[in-house]
Amino acid sequence: MLSFRRKAVNAIMLSLTGVCTILAVGTLLFILGYLFFHGGTSLTINFFTKLPTPVGEAGGGMANALLGSAKLLLLASCIGIPIGFLGGVYLAEFGGSSFSFVVRYTTDLLNGVPSIVIGIFAYTLIVLPQGHFSTLSGGLALGVMMIPIAIRSSEDFLRAVPVSLREGAMALGASKAKTILTVVIPAAKAGLLTGIMLNLARVAGETAPLIFTAFGNRYWSPGWEQPTAALPVMIYTYAISPYPDWKQQAWSAGFVLLMLVLTVNIFARMILTKRGSTAR
Amino acid sequence: MAAPSTTDFSVRPSGRASAFWQRLRSGDDIAYVITLTCAMTILAITALLVFELFRNSAVPRHQFGWSFLITSTWDPVAGQFGALPFIYGTVITSALALFMAIPLGVGAAIFLAELAPAKISNALTFLIELLAAVPSVIFGLLGIFVLVPALVAIEPAIRAVLGWTPLFSGPFYGVSVFSAGVVLTVMIIPFIISISREVILAVPTEQREGALALGATKWETTWDVVIPFAKKGIMGSIFLALARSLGETMAVTMVIGNEPKIHSSLFAPGYSIAAVIANEFSEATGELYLGSLIELGLVLFGLTIIINGLARVLVLTTTKKGTS
Amino acid sequence: MTRRIAILNVLLGTAVTVACAQQIPINAAGATFPYPMYSKWFDEYHKKFPMVPINYASIGSGGGIAQVTAGTVDFGASDGPMTDMQMMEFQNKRGSAILHFPTVLGAVVPTYNIPGVTASLNFTGEALAGIFLGKITKWDDPELTKANPGVKLPSSNIVVVHRSDGSGTTYVWADYLSKMSKEWETKVGKATSVNWPVGLGGKGNEGVSGSIQQTANSIGYVELIYAVQNKMSYGKVKNAAGEFVQASLASVTAAAAGMKDMPEDFRVSITNAPGKGVYPISSFTWLLIPSKIANPAKKKAIKDFLAWMLADGQKLTEALSYAPLPKTVVAKEVKAIDKIQ
Repeated sequence: MLSFRRKAVNAIMLSLTGVCTILAVGTLLFILGYLFFHGGTSLTINFFTKLPTPVGEAGGGMANALLGSAKLLLLASCIGIPIGFLGGVYLAEFGGSSFSFVVRYTTDLLNGVPSIVIGIFAYTLIVLPQGHFSTLSGGLALGVMMIPIAIRSSEDFLRAVPVSLREGAMALGASKAKTILTVVIPAAKAGLLTGIMLNLARVAGETAPLIFTAFGNRYWSPGWEQPTAALPVMIYTYAISPYPDWKQQAWSAGFVLLMLVLTVNIFARMILTKRGSTAR
Repeated sequence: MAAPSTTDFSVRPSGRASAFWQRLRSGDDIAYVITLTCAMTILAITALLVFELFRNSAVPRHQFGWSFLITSTWDPVAGQFGALPFIYGTVITSALALFMAIPLGVGAAIFLAELAPAKISNALTFLIELLAAVPSVIFGLLGIFVLVPALVAIEPAIRAVLGWTPLFSGPFYGVSVFSAGVVLTVMIIPFIISISREVILAVPTEQREGALALGATKWETTWDVVIPFAKKGIMGSIFLALARSLGETMAVTMVIGNEPKIHSSLFAPGYSIAAVIANEFSEATGELYLGSLIELGLVLFGLTIIINGLARVLVLTTTKKGTS
Repeated sequence: MTRRIAILNVLLGTAVTVACAQQIPINAAGATFPYPMYSKWFDEYHKKFPMVPINYASIGSGGGIAQVTAGTVDFGASDGPMTDMQMMEFQNKRGSAILHFPTVLGAVVPTYNIPGVTASLNFTGEALAGIFLGKITKWDDPELTKANPGVKLPSSNIVVVHRSDGSGTTYVWADYLSKMSKEWETKVGKATSVNWPVGLGGKGNEGVSGSIQQTANSIGYVELIYAVQNKMSYGKVKNAAGEFVQASLASVTAAAAGMKDMPEDFRVSITNAPGKGVYPISSFTWLLIPSKIANPAKKKAIKDFLAWMLADGQKLTEALSYAPLPKTVVAKEVKAIDKIQ
């Protein structure tokens, strides 16, 4: 019935897919393990509480970078998530065909703009007119980066809600807005939240746009108008340096950053399973 | 088709003003306006971005014109700027990354969606999505301290097999176009896997059952029925991955060698557009230098437009051929 | 949940703002060459005067010049003195003159990573030019073996590492090579950013040192302290008097001693200085300070720092292998502080 050739092809190709998976997962486990061993095992309390010390002296930390990154991400979410989410709602719920095409295409475009060019954009738009580097410009750069990802994921997850749910609501007499608010969005909530989480995680590690917007700071950065240290930028600066202490801190910072991102991701998952999502 | 705009039947609206307020209260128009504004903000931001790029690159554009794209000299001292080495580096590293990532990524997605039991599939996918969460500097970090020494170690093996091609000739110092390509591969695989898996899972079971009922093997079902059905999404994931890899700055600049020259060999160092902007932007003095870097940003932007355009065309043709 | 995080962050930000309300944050950027020294200085100064955190970003001299010209930092730093054209651009853009203030003396050393070779190699200026021009490609080239009779140099390819960013260290190196090789002078020239004939690029002195550590058979040029702090091998260079001299406090100080007269604007090159015991690739490094500073608190803070730097600061240089400024230069500079309005 089933020719040997077909059986063989079946077996071989399916095994190959298994190999691909092993390679992919293996790489990840290797990275996690390596980061844990090089960064996690030598994490000290100094890292979280101390400011950077002069070059070549041990005992410094990244307390200011941790706070700086938190502030930047807060600002970025305030800008990126509302615009992105509502734009996604438009595309999924209201869009006509030609305007939506333009919006989607532009979103892809903006998504493809390298983070460094967004950095230039923020530099020419905010840093130069203001005359100084600031947390504000850094946050704005990251916010602009969050928008296309937010639109795309919002639209995808909203679209994934079955048409039957919408039709049911409308049949009960709900207006379109009400349907969206009370039926579609809650149905897609899990996916939308995971989208936001992943968005934040992606942007948390961005370095290039911060190089000439947030700029960096060896001290605490008060308010929003001063340059600020950020975790990924510190990692970059320390990683390419020759100092063993700095390289060690770079590994530690990488580990901390990854752990933070991991926590956000796990939290997102918890939301997914708790609400009993439609996603598998 | 407008649904009744009120659920409260006890109070009947009367008059045109009340009708208007009634409509407004239903929220449809407000929702439309708000979401439309946000959608238009995207267009506004992108337009502003393009405008700023054009405005600030005016000086070199007038001076060099189109020859900027085909000049391969980058000499800040002499005031000679050409984009070719960076275009080459960007394209080559991304092409290499896709070449390696697509089979690996789609293969793994198939395994996770079709073969693995649900619990294992979810666990493994969770791990792989974690890979996407790893920031690019970390990849750069690992690139410098793990990948490059590893590549230096296995380089003789690669050279033995592929050394006869011009692609793998010449001396190898570790940092190279090839290393950048490998780092990019690792970085974009999770996007391809995660999205492709979602898309494959979304293919209705009836399609599979139909094929299996007709006597197809598992592989044949997957390859000839499920994948074509999911092709649009898979293509989407590939282009998302490509967009990511074109613009990747930090990981690339840490392992590519930062040499603005074109070599035929993948073992040679190179430079990408994003990397050169990162390295030289904060110190470019003078309108010509700064403008040239910004023009490079514009070129990268243009590259993205072209590739997106191709993506759109491909997606259109595959949906025509596809079963959906 | 998100709201709580937002409130927390706002409170945090406010708390930090209130705590720092009395501070006069000063932002600076520039050379990586003196960065170990500056970071020590700014740290010590901050301990003495907690109200004045001077935030210095080590982005390279080119960056220092560009950012101070753009006005995004309060002052810059560079080991390549600004050219007349750059100074004019500053004048046009910022409406005042830019002043150079020398801070320390440092040395640029040829540092290398040759497996099996721990000795300090001898390099002539011509040999260095040849290597960086791509003419000398192997470690056992006669030019190199000639100067190093006792050392077994391998026959591997030389991997050149240079700066990928705009660098004063590059300027000093290229300045020296221009004096030693006509071919270098015409083909490559001297500037903070040059068209390198060969080599890999590293970002900052930090990146170049890091690169060399990672790559076998490589050679690059870095400020002395980077080689010392990271226990990297660095070579001796032949000076104008014909001796092979290693960079050190003594040899760098000797280079400045041979200087005839410090010009009024403090821009001077001391590479290939004449005299015995002189290290030929030595250089001053400068702070680039606008002659007009609008904010009175910042102006006072910067002037105070300069005064401190020229007195107490100079005592800290030797621990980091930088040579302090000659007394005559210090005296001249103290007077020049008044030029800042």
